[in-house]
Amino acid sequence: MGKATVIPFGPQHPVLPEPLHLDLVVEDEHVIEAIPQIGFVHRGLEKLVETRDIHQFIYVAERICGICSFGHSLGYAETVESLMGVEVPRRAQYLRAILHELSRVHSHLLWLGLAADAFGFESLFMHCWRLRERVLDIFEATTGGRVILSYVQIGGVVRDIDADTLRWICDKLDSIEGEYKEICATFLKDSSVRSRLDGVGYLSQQQASELCMVGPFARASNVPYDCRVLGHGAYGELSDFTPITSTGGDCLARVEVRCAEVNQSIAIVKELAAKIPNDGIGEKSKLKPAAGAQACNVLEQPRGECYYYALGNGTANLERMRMRTPTTQNLAGMVKALEGCDLADVPNIILTIDPCISCSER
Amino acid sequence: MSNVSKSPWVIHYDGSSCNGCDIEVLAALSPLYDAERFGVVNTGNPKHADILLVTGAVNAQNTEVLREIYDQMIEPKVVVACGICACSGGIFRDCYNVIGGVDQAIPVDVYAPGCAIRPETIIDAVVEGIGVLEEKRAKLAEARKGA
Repeated sequence: MGKATVIPFGPQHPVLPEPLHLDLVVEDEHVIEAIPQIGFVHRGLEKLVETRDIHQFIYVAERICGICSFGHSLGYAETVESLMGVEVPRRAQYLRAILHELSRVHSHLLWLGLAADAFGFESLFMHCWRLRERVLDIFEATTGGRVILSYVQIGGVVRDIDADTLRWICDKLDSIEGEYKEICATFLKDSSVRSRLDGVGYLSQQQASELCMVGPFARASNVPYDCRVLGHGAYGELSDFTPITSTGGDCLARVEVRCAEVNQSIAIVKELAAKIPNDGIGEKSKLKPAAGAQACNVLEQPRGECYYYALGNGTANLERMRMRTPTTQNLAGMVKALEGCDLADVPNIILTIDPCISCSER
Repeated sequence: MSNVSKSPWVIHYDGSSCNGCDIEVLAALSPLYDAERFGVVNTGNPKHADILLVTGAVNAQNTEVLREIYDQMIEPKVVVACGICACSGGIFRDCYNVIGGVDQAIPVDVYAPGCAIRPETIIDAVVEGIGVLEEKRAKLAEARKGA
């Protein structure tokens, strides 16, 4: 056994586009402890509620994170709506759910690509990102933006998506299917990929619950928790929804869960597009939150449960807005999964939680 | 692009960006936009890089990290501020933990706006940066001749 050495990882590191610093305490090639240090991306945007009114803040909320941008604008809008008791037309709720599921598809494809890059399979990364561009085409055609969509407003959505475009979206998703199957087969069946993922970074179901892990990271350890079962908005009108889980608990299981979730999201989009009602898209609410009114809300982001809390003060501004994001919840699990791993597997394991540092630091 | 004598390698650092610009930087290198066909390669090593792409504004915590990366890069080098946050602080300029654009920490050669920046703009900015790089290279060669 060698002497313990500390290897710094990040904040600038090729495997992550975002800054995260870890002190890896290693003995020979084995990590015995990982000590995270965060704070490189902290902006302090929750405090902006004091100077931005509730409608302006939706643009700030959207920019908490550019990958789950739609989810944050949706989560914020739903919280403020319940604070003021605003009714959102069902069509707007359906459109929101459709766009939210599409952003899950884009986020998971992005993650699959980055995961492939982390274990050194660059052409697989390129293929995942090539498919992801088709989803971005849908965003661009319907909302005008590629990653920041500015589609939700308090009381509804900004613009309607007509029946022809909805049909076009479904066709576009159909066109992804064949190629996506091939990519999944490479992830799950290719022997070299499996040898990098199988058994790496194992966390048991008990560990996952004790560490309060959320999202696909927890579901891969067989914790069947997904906020979509709560049936908020259009999710309540789905014919069937069962969270996708796996009993593996390792990196392979996390890939497996996300691979299956893309198909699940595509099915949800198609189902909602087929039965979307025609009761308008709502308009910008003119109400103000009452003093002392509180509301909270949970939303299943691509990375897991995100919690929102809002407190009104009787003006057009909020007194307090607070989010608890999935990556913050999952960092403890990541540090646990890193213990005892090989140094060469560190990038792999860090990526399998799908870390979103700008979400967790805000 | 015929006047470009070398493949510009880029390094990317995320200041305090929301990820929107970061994933667009990567998207510019992925198959649809494929900046790699012009020889633009993303590297993790500052000493290998010619162009530093910075996304997001600077804050007290990351200013030193950014300066460290910039100082390690070998002359001639070019800094591109990608996205409006990197240019001026953007929507976050009033936040208590944001100092401002990247030019508050290191010299910036090309300002590329957008929220989020589009991959086309990134490619455009890198091409612009190549021009600046060539100028700096010529100046360095001149100075060496003079010495």
